Amino acid sequence: MNAGLSLEQAPPLSVPLRFFLSAPLFGLAAAGLLLWLGPDVLASRWSVGALALSHLLVLGVLAMVMCGALLQMLPVLAGVRVTRPRLVGGLCHGLLVLGTLSLAAGFLGVGQDGFRVAVVLLGLGLGGFLAVMGFGLARAPHLQDSVRGMRWALLGLALTVGLGLSLGLGHSGLGLPLLRWPLTDLHLAWGLLGWIATLVAVVAWQLVPMFQMTPPYPPRLRRWLAAGMFALLGWHSLAVLRGWPLAQLPALLLAAALAIFALITLRLLAQRRRKVGDTSLYFWRLGMAGLLLAAAIGAASRLAPPAVAASLALAATLLFLLGFALSVVNGMLYKIVPFLVWLHLQQRLATRIEVRHRIVLPNMKSILPEPRSRQQFYLHLAALAVLLAAVLLPALLRPAAVMWLADFALLGLNLLSATRRYGTECRRIDHFP
Amino acid sequence: MLTDFLTADHRVCDGLFAKAENAANDGDRDAARAAYAEFEAAMAQHLSIEESVLFPEFEARSGMAGGPTAVMRMEHEQIRAMMAQMRQALESGELDDFLGFGETLNILIQQHNMKEEQMLYPMCDRALADRAEALLERMQAH
Repeated sequence: MNAGLSLEQAPPLSVPLRFFLSAPLFGLAAAGLLLWLGPDVLASRWSVGALALSHLLVLGVLAMVMCGALLQMLPVLAGVRVTRPRLVGGLCHGLLVLGTLSLAAGFLGVGQDGFRVAVVLLGLGLGGFLAVMGFGLARAPHLQDSVRGMRWALLGLALTVGLGLSLGLGHSGLGLPLLRWPLTDLHLAWGLLGWIATLVAVVAWQLVPMFQMTPPYPPRLRRWLAAGMFALLGWHSLAVLRGWPLAQLPALLLAAALAIFALITLRLLAQRRRKVGDTSLYFWRLGMAGLLLAAAIGAASRLAPPAVAASLALAATLLFLLGFALSVVNGMLYKIVPFLVWLHLQQRLATRIEVRHRIVLPNMKSILPEPRSRQQFYLHLAALAVLLAAVLLPALLRPAAVMWLADFALLGLNLLSATRRYGTECRRIDHFP
Repeated sequence: MLTDFLTADHRVCDGLFAKAENAANDGDRDAARAAYAEFEAAMAQHLSIEESVLFPEFEARSGMAGGPTAVMRMEHEQIRAMMAQMRQALESGELDDFLGFGETLNILIQQHNMKEEQMLYPMCDRALADRAEALLERMQAH
């Protein structure tokens, strides 16, 4: 037991917020690239445009929000102590921003220099993040399911980053071989399932019952899902590397595990005791529906004849990234940002003892009004539908890109207005007579 | 043992909160008022059990008066202030404000409960293992 354990270890507001506010900008960059490159971009997953786009989205939006949220949440969730949060957060954010841009530039034609810079920056940024979090989690005072699950998720990120760095070095022209096959497949599998899906599952079984007042997730799922996914991913990796028979089996079992998680979450959400619906709940439901569809279509792509397999795999990947992961990230942001703004205003108010009982702080729903987030949800849903349609009808791709531009712009404006509200309320507190 | 008892009490309070919130969401002021009064009473009871029975025992045994319990006491004050704002909104008939403060209060309470259930209560169970039964009786009688 850590006798000096302090229960109040939340970092300054600027630490998570810089990650959250950067994410929509990378989303705009990805959508802009989609608009510029047009239908060719989805023709092959090897096209440089597709690679640039997917990394802008996964590193610039998803990993960006996840890193910021973990720096904020792990101290509360698991008693992890992050020393010098401003420095750690600032460095990690800066390296991730610049590294992601260099990587995209490398794919888009800057060439070897872009990859070299990206390998260094992303290696330092994500490696440093992993070191800080891993060190903290290793010393976490209590070993609950969520701490165990979080360790698996971070291990998944570590493997993904390791594989990504070796691919990046291959692109750097330093004489190292570019093992496009099989490393890309493994990089993708560990990144999507070992990192993103595992992290979302761990966060869900902690937060969904709390915030929505649902029954808890089944203990067996909490105990075995992350470990089971890792065993299956290990099996899948060996099957790919060694050419084992039944190579499709672990992939199908992984899809089944994710489908079960999505179904359980949807059922728990249907059983919640709070009846007040909010945008965050809508995003979670959409996210779980997206995961379920992605798992089903992904499994079908493994069994389908080659002529349709590629389109199915593309649809499954889009559903996973934009329908599942991005929706859940959106839902989280709409809870975490207004709450953090309120919490930090509350702490600022507490320092003004003489006036604190005369000031009423705005509540979460007036910091980020429900109708504004609801609007973005519908735009998000529409953008997703049009993009999926574009898999079959490429002419729809540019209209879809315009809708994604609007989606990310609205998300960014919503988060920005909450941040500005923080500024005006701070001034009101400081200058209250 | 202490963890189980106090965690179960958190869930009782959660249920009462949801009842008040659901009534307000349906626009039923009278039902919201009745349910909210129940919630307020249960919360006041829970916070007082911790502050006047559990925390002093833990502080005496662990010698940590300025440690985790000080943070928990501070969060209790935040919870009380938010509950007072909800009561005010309810009395002036502003159900939207009531729900807005309610959302904020729920997150405040849930993250507070999580720290207690996963860190502080287990610490208490370990530090006060030899007198858990006597403490439990005092809490139930409180």
